[in-house]
Amino acid sequence: MATVAERPQPAPAPSREVERRRRRRRSALRRQLVALAFMSPWIIGFSLFYVYPMAASLYFSFTHYDILSEPTWVGLDNYRFMFTADAQFWPSVRNTMWIIVFLVPLQVIFAVGSAIVLTRVKRGLSIYRTIFFLPTMVPLVAAAVAWVFLLNPAGPVNRLLGLLHLPEPLWFYDPGWTKPGLLLLGLWMVGQTMILFLAALLDVPRQLYEAADLEGAGPWQRFRHVTLPMISPVIFFSVVIGVIHGFQYFTEAFVVSSSGDATGLDHPIGYPQDSLLFFTSHLYQQGFEGFHMGYAAALSWVMFLVIMVCTLFLIRGSRRWVHYQGGFR
Amino acid sequence: MRRRLIGLLALALLAAACTAGGGGSDKPAATIDPNAQHDPMTLTVWSNFSAREYDISTAVLQSIKQKYPWMTVKHVGGKDDAAILRAINGGTPPDMAISFTPSNSARYCKTGAMQDLNPYLTNDKIDKAKTWPPAIFSYTQFDNVQCVLPMLTDAYGLYYNKDLLSAKGITEPPKTLSELTEAAKKLTEFNPDGSIKVAGYMPLLGFYSGNTVNIYGRAYDAKWYDDSGKPSLATDPSWAKMLQWQKSFVDAIGYDKLQKFAAKLGGGDSEWSSSHGFETGKIAMMIDGEWRTAFIKADKSKVNYATAPAPTADDRSDLYGSGQVGGTIIGIPKGVKHPAESWLLVKYMSTDSGALTKLAAGLRNVPSTNDALASSELAQDPQFKTFMDIFKNPKSTYKTLTPIGQTDEDLFGTFGEKWQAGKVPDLQQGLEQVDSQLAKQLQLG
Repeated sequence: MATVAERPQPAPAPSREVERRRRRRRSALRRQLVALAFMSPWIIGFSLFYVYPMAASLYFSFTHYDILSEPTWVGLDNYRFMFTADAQFWPSVRNTMWIIVFLVPLQVIFAVGSAIVLTRVKRGLSIYRTIFFLPTMVPLVAAAVAWVFLLNPAGPVNRLLGLLHLPEPLWFYDPGWTKPGLLLLGLWMVGQTMILFLAALLDVPRQLYEAADLEGAGPWQRFRHVTLPMISPVIFFSVVIGVIHGFQYFTEAFVVSSSGDATGLDHPIGYPQDSLLFFTSHLYQQGFEGFHMGYAAALSWVMFLVIMVCTLFLIRGSRRWVHYQGGFR
Repeated sequence: MRRRLIGLLALALLAAACTAGGGGSDKPAATIDPNAQHDPMTLTVWSNFSAREYDISTAVLQSIKQKYPWMTVKHVGGKDDAAILRAINGGTPPDMAISFTPSNSARYCKTGAMQDLNPYLTNDKIDKAKTWPPAIFSYTQFDNVQCVLPMLTDAYGLYYNKDLLSAKGITEPPKTLSELTEAAKKLTEFNPDGSIKVAGYMPLLGFYSGNTVNIYGRAYDAKWYDDSGKPSLATDPSWAKMLQWQKSFVDAIGYDKLQKFAAKLGGGDSEWSSSHGFETGKIAMMIDGEWRTAFIKADKSKVNYATAPAPTADDRSDLYGSGQVGGTIIGIPKGVKHPAESWLLVKYMSTDSGALTKLAAGLRNVPSTNDALASSELAQDPQFKTFMDIFKNPKSTYKTLTPIGQTDEDLFGTFGEKWQAGKVPDLQQGLEQVDSQLAKQLQLG
């Protein structure tokens, strides 16, 4: 029979604090798992449709890949080819820069201008607003086809120019006029941006204008020192979205450049004379006509990086000129 | 731990990406007895046919049921080459693919995207040389792999307005480029403001389907690539001669005037409408495909026309009668589940005289086999017969096939547009640059 001294000592009971912590940890973990379960549709979708394709395209950008054969690793060859050997790369970059440099500022100016005009309208504001917004609702392809008709050298626009004894450009058949033609199409479709500016303009506090009036500010000073700062967040938003859209400019140019031929076989993308060859058109041509998928993936990664750098640059620069209400800059 | 997990995830994604190129599998050429008892089955055919052409081709495809009652065809239109390639890559190809892009044949043959049909042809004792005119092999095989076969074809020749020519005292269609230029100058009429009223011939590259570097190059038998496979636009003097002829022709009329005339016609859009320059009597001569005969009829054009082979270079009269050919191709994609049955359909659509003559009559394309050429009622139409004869000519050909497909013609075509606009100061240097671009594209694979 064992003595008291020989009896095994019971294990020391865990302190209440440790037990409480363990329970708290378990409960936090359970909460995280529940949150994760609710988020899982998004996580799965994001991984499958964003992360995987991006990782795959990054891998393909270092390969020769024609869809049909297994990709073969070529290191930086595609990137080297892009910057040193591809004769269509730099023209496509130049055309893309042209559209960004001209279209984005003009769209903002045009949208602000038309929004200001609309704020002055006393009657039928909703009708005018609808008229301005309507082009935005037209599918891009249909809009481009309509403009091909309007700007046909024998079409209504040139007939009107002829009546006014003005020069009649060949528009989409003349490499010097193709991009200005697209510019007109871009300005016609400015309705969405205009609506944003209209909302921003109507949101400017009246007392600021009253204060400016008391200080003796004229119309320009009111616009420069009151309106512009107050709508600057919308300008900033429009510029960022416009620049991103400019880098991805494709549909309008694709429709217009291949409109000359219903078969699409005789006019290469970018017709005439590569004047409508934009970065994404070139990417499409390499990927889906030349089946150089590896090279097209490299082009898309360069575009992605350039867009990212430009956006970061714009965000950084915005601190100097974008005014947020409440003094937050 | 977290870093390891991220690393593992990245590796898994990379591995998944690396395997994404797979799909489909080659099965050995199989044969079946078509007259034996078979369970009913449906074969899927993809093509880019639409509207009227879709209906005609569907009817002919489905007529295989008369030959093999157990076989039904489901025809899916609106599928271009990219869609077909994606399906092959995804392992779900159609049982038969129809492509309008013969320049992609080299890629199909080289990569095995379309199965080699030589074993099937041998099994069925089909003598290729006896079945088809030699021109078809210029666009259906690559490195001795016959991965596609023609299902009708196109041929290019000269259309001329008989009334306009006879009004200027021209009794015969031009046979050389010099004759074409002279006749065109006579036929061209101007408005009081100096703009063109009637163009004798539109020499502008990129205008209609017949205004391409390749079709003009045929007049000189210009070679795209030398024997070693290197681009030869700068080394074959025929290209420079062709471009110089073309530019001198453009300059004689005036580039701006021609551009305005083309644009006011509606540019390339007018090619597929009743406002076509030739059909409306605003262009006296043009090079075009045999399908124009059908368009002229369908558009109810009153043009009094005739056809002839396209003019050749002055010193290449031996080429007269030949021309650019090439048209719809069909094949069995990699990874099909019933290759033997697919072959029966491909054989029917590429060799059966009844099917081909019916299809040719409906689409107004040139029948592609010797038998169908001989038996087609289209030969009764002298204007259409010109194109059948061009197709039969042993010197008729498509352009040299390469794995870069249409890219070479696109790049050279764009160069040609700049050249005719006077934006190329040194032709030889420019051609060397295009050669260099093509070589780099070939390297890209």
